[in-house]
Amino acid sequence: MSPELRRLLSLTRPHRLILGVATVAGFGVLACGLALPLVTEHLVNDAILRHQRHLVSRLALIALAIAVARALFNFIRRNLSGEASVRVEADLRARLFAHLQGLPISFHDRWESGQLLARATSDLNTIRDFVGYAIVYLAFLALTAIGVIGAIAYRSWPIAALAALLTVPFLWAATRFNRQMESISAESREAVGEVATVVAESAAGIRILKAFGVEQGAVRRLDTAATGLLDVNLEAVRRKAFYIPLLNLLPNAIMAIVLGVGGFQVIDGSLSLGAMVAITQYLFLLVVPMRYVGLMLAMAQQALAASNRVFEILDTQPTIRDAPGAETLPPVVGEIELDRVTFRYPGSTIPALDELSFTVRPGETVAIVGATASGKSTVAALLPRFSDPDSGAVRVDGRDVRTVTLRSLRRQIGVVFDEPVLFSATVEENIAFGWPDASRAEVVKAATAAGAHDFVSALPQAYDTRVGEQGFALSGGQRQRLALARALLGRPRILILDDPLSSVDVRTEAEIEANLAALLGERTTIIIAHRASTVAMADRVILLDEGRLLAEGTHEQLLVGNEVYRRILATDVEIEELAR
Amino acid sequence: MTRPDEPQSSGLGTVEADVGASDDVELAASADLRRARRHLLAETLGPYRLRVAAAAACVLTSSAAQIAMPSLVGIGIDRGVIRHNRGELELILVLYAIAAATDALAQRVAQRLVGGVAERAVYDLRTRLWRHLQGLSLDWFERQKTGRVISRATADVDAVYELFSQAALSLVTAVLTMSAIAVVLVVKDAVLGGVVLGVIPVLIGATWLFTGRSELAYRAVREKIALVLVHLTESLTGIRVVQAFTREPLNQAQFEDINSQHLRANALTVRLMSIYGPGVEFLGQISVVLVLLVGGFRALDGAVTVGTLTAFFLYLRQFFDPLQELSQFFNSLQSSNAGLEKIAGVLQAVSTVPEPSTPVVLTRPATATDDALGGGAEVHLERVTFSYGREAVLHDVDLKIASGETLALVGATGAGKSTIAKLIARFYDPTNGRVLIDGHDLRNVSTESLRAAVAVVPQEAFLFSGSVHDNIALGRPKVTRAQVEAAATEVGAHEFIVELPDGYDTEVDRRGARLSGGQRQLISFARAWVSDPRVLILDEATSALDLRSERLIQRALAELLADRTAVVIAHRLSSIEVADRVAVVEDGRIVELGTQPELLALGGRFGVLYDRWLASTTTGARLA
Repeated sequence: MSPELRRLLSLTRPHRLILGVATVAGFGVLACGLALPLVTEHLVNDAILRHQRHLVSRLALIALAIAVARALFNFIRRNLSGEASVRVEADLRARLFAHLQGLPISFHDRWESGQLLARATSDLNTIRDFVGYAIVYLAFLALTAIGVIGAIAYRSWPIAALAALLTVPFLWAATRFNRQMESISAESREAVGEVATVVAESAAGIRILKAFGVEQGAVRRLDTAATGLLDVNLEAVRRKAFYIPLLNLLPNAIMAIVLGVGGFQVIDGSLSLGAMVAITQYLFLLVVPMRYVGLMLAMAQQALAASNRVFEILDTQPTIRDAPGAETLPPVVGEIELDRVTFRYPGSTIPALDELSFTVRPGETVAIVGATASGKSTVAALLPRFSDPDSGAVRVDGRDVRTVTLRSLRRQIGVVFDEPVLFSATVEENIAFGWPDASRAEVVKAATAAGAHDFVSALPQAYDTRVGEQGFALSGGQRQRLALARALLGRPRILILDDPLSSVDVRTEAEIEANLAALLGERTTIIIAHRASTVAMADRVILLDEGRLLAEGTHEQLLVGNEVYRRILATDVEIEELAR
Repeated sequence: MTRPDEPQSSGLGTVEADVGASDDVELAASADLRRARRHLLAETLGPYRLRVAAAAACVLTSSAAQIAMPSLVGIGIDRGVIRHNRGELELILVLYAIAAATDALAQRVAQRLVGGVAERAVYDLRTRLWRHLQGLSLDWFERQKTGRVISRATADVDAVYELFSQAALSLVTAVLTMSAIAVVLVVKDAVLGGVVLGVIPVLIGATWLFTGRSELAYRAVREKIALVLVHLTESLTGIRVVQAFTREPLNQAQFEDINSQHLRANALTVRLMSIYGPGVEFLGQISVVLVLLVGGFRALDGAVTVGTLTAFFLYLRQFFDPLQELSQFFNSLQSSNAGLEKIAGVLQAVSTVPEPSTPVVLTRPATATDDALGGGAEVHLERVTFSYGREAVLHDVDLKIASGETLALVGATGAGKSTIAKLIARFYDPTNGRVLIDGHDLRNVSTESLRAAVAVVPQEAFLFSGSVHDNIALGRPKVTRAQVEAAATEVGAHEFIVELPDGYDTEVDRRGARLSGGQRQLISFARAWVSDPRVLILDEATSALDLRSERLIQRALAELLADRTAVVIAHRLSSIEVADRVAVVEDGRIVELGTQPELLALGGRFGVLYDRWLASTTTGARLA
């Protein structure tokens, strides 16, 4: 057994009791199946041919008892293996979710959320179907085959031998068919994905397509993708049309053997008529499972691939986690120090931060300014440990952030990101995201501080209004104010504002800034900024260039003394004023 | 009769599709829709009717052969085996072999025909739907959620495909074979046949009960998995916030709650399936018991032969075999019908900006030489009123933009600036009045020449999967690398593009996720540059840029707009410095129009806006 398969099977371990009982019930089903043709045999041989009238109702009663028992066993087997399968699915999904939440931001930057979603849904479905059907099924197939062939051989070994012999090429054909179909369906899935990509992209980018009048291009792209799909699927049709009728021929061929060989044996007297009829019934036991063996094997392979994909994630070690012996960070004063911090993004040769050092005093507001890709956002990501530096250290109150627990660190830092994220929940739940036990009064206070209270009060259900994807549509500025309120609610000593005003218009910007100015005095704040008005709120400005500290000082100092700073931040008006 | 447990493909397999298509409410099956669905079905299959007829003949042949085989076994036993007539048995064996071969051959031909028709018809349907979608006007797309459009062209088509390619043949064959078997059983022995067929009403009743329950149960599963998906998606896309606010433990608890709701819903379907499956099987066994009991007595009475009894056993297997699959095929039939209705609904939608019957082609004036870029066009909004739904968004706007002029539109959000832009690009037609380019009413202009003449750069830079080069060359796929590079250099994008891993051949990730907003927008400027329009509309195109990029772009803009006609919509007044004139839009009207110095001197609304902007960019500096 391959280690991969063993690992897949190990998922069922917590439910082995249930699966064990299901297996026992499976034996019951099999035994009942093998018993029923015996009744037919007796009916023909003893009741009908020997005219024993009293036997008929007795045999029918026995058959009824077998049928009832079989139905019960079957119910138990299906119910329990189904139960185990849905539990395996749920267990694994909860485990996957927990793991995903613990993986660092760098992991989530690397993986598309769609891919992760597919693993948490369709891959888990595949595993579930395997546990629910294929495991028990494949286990019993061999057993059934042995039982049936034995039962037939007991009555007529020539029929058993011929039937077994005939089955071999069919089984070979069935495996061949499955292998071919597997590669075709992989191609087909890819082609379907291609079609879906074209559709999704063109639907989302329809404005651009129309603006540039290239709708025909989208039509052609889809046509290419759909033609690819058509070709693959037509190939599948050809294979299916060849193999499926061929495989359906098997039971008929075996029946011909029974009639031919068995018929002459009955005429010779070496086989009873009842036994021959019973053999026809035994065949049913074998024929239907044969039809599905390929499907089940394919299911097993898919489940193997799916579990590999799931384990790929589960095996990814969270690189950012509590160090052994990490201590709880006591309430901080809010001093921040970057000490010769170097950081490279994976796969990049140029460091995003290059031996960067600076200190922020408690209560100070520092603006970080720099051109695109100068390392501003990287600085913001290092403090709450979304990333760890390659070398150097980030310290809060003199303690390396890697030596304290993530939770105690992050709970003392409020972060507002450039793109506000709202969840499908009420306004209140969104603001109280990090502090779900917060009272309404605290929520309102935070919202007021963030300048959100007025518009929230005007919403249909005020703080109970649902927002997010399915809910009330808020403007960018409104969303950003909720995000700000969320960060303020925990009254963090340290506030990081990662370009929070990039997507709001001038008027909103001014309003938020008015609110911000009042808030910044009491806490240590790092604000990443693009605009002069935002920078003006800071006590000090740090100018980054290619991951290095280029200059620091007040806005005016830099404006006068630094050409790069002027290029990045100064409005033309100011440049003109300075020139004068 | 052992039967395998079919995978519950009616359950979770279709969930993803259903989540995307949860808009069935508005499409409650009306008679119109049913008619439209049938019409669409006929249209789609029409070209293949000969092949469909041939397939039907094959299906009939195959069914007849399948029906013949158990009878042949019965006759072989009665006439050959019991009477010890070897000759007769040999004859029957030959006949049986012929029947089996006929069945296999007919199945093969039928599968090829049906499969081929299914693939081609669905291809036709998909491409037809897509062509139609691309021809629909933007207002249609704005009314739909993107997810819906996507599920029309994927999930709904797939549902139809599912039916055509798999369910249809099995469904028809099964129904045909089962009814034929019922007839044969009664003909062979009316009493025995009657007794055995007595099971059928029970079967139908049980199936009816089950279908109702399982539909509810599977709907519950779909609803729950949708919740799981929403929670997953939000947690993954918002992972920064989740981690920043150490929300993981609570999130996990919430997720496990939803997850176990889904588990419970799933477990209910498992229970239903494990009652229904073995239940149907049990009914099959009961029919066997009945044959044993009634058949046994009748055989003793000499009313039926052992051969007939054997034939009955074989027929019963054929009858019960396809039953469990059948309920799944009915599901497939239902979702296919729903899909066809929704697709028919889309095909009935018409563009509100139709192609004119005798289109005027906008041409560059003869004075512009072929290789010279630029050359503008005169744009004229003539007393234009535009209503969006019932609400008028523009009131009697009259605006003339001279060829080569750059006009800035400023004003509050929702004032109607973007609507003016959309009217010039003819994404909409005005409710009243006319929009003219070079004196031609846009309603009379060929769409192709209009699109070549007018380009729009919207606020959100959308990149398609493909290389940077492909994205820049979007409007003119045949453009050379040199031209693409020239365009990128002009807008200041060349610098960062060459630093990408594969330069211009770098695949931009889906929706351009790995490029910054500013970089994406620079690419979309280069795209506009390459397509060389005579009228260029920048709809908030610079608001996502940081100041440095904006400044870069502004230099490029001066070039880009030089002798084109341009309409620039911007929040930041720094972006409108290039404008020759400014129009202030308020509540759907143009309230001020003139050069910047003129408007500043006027001291009206533009003055207020200007002061506010000035304040926002410099106050801090002055105060500190």
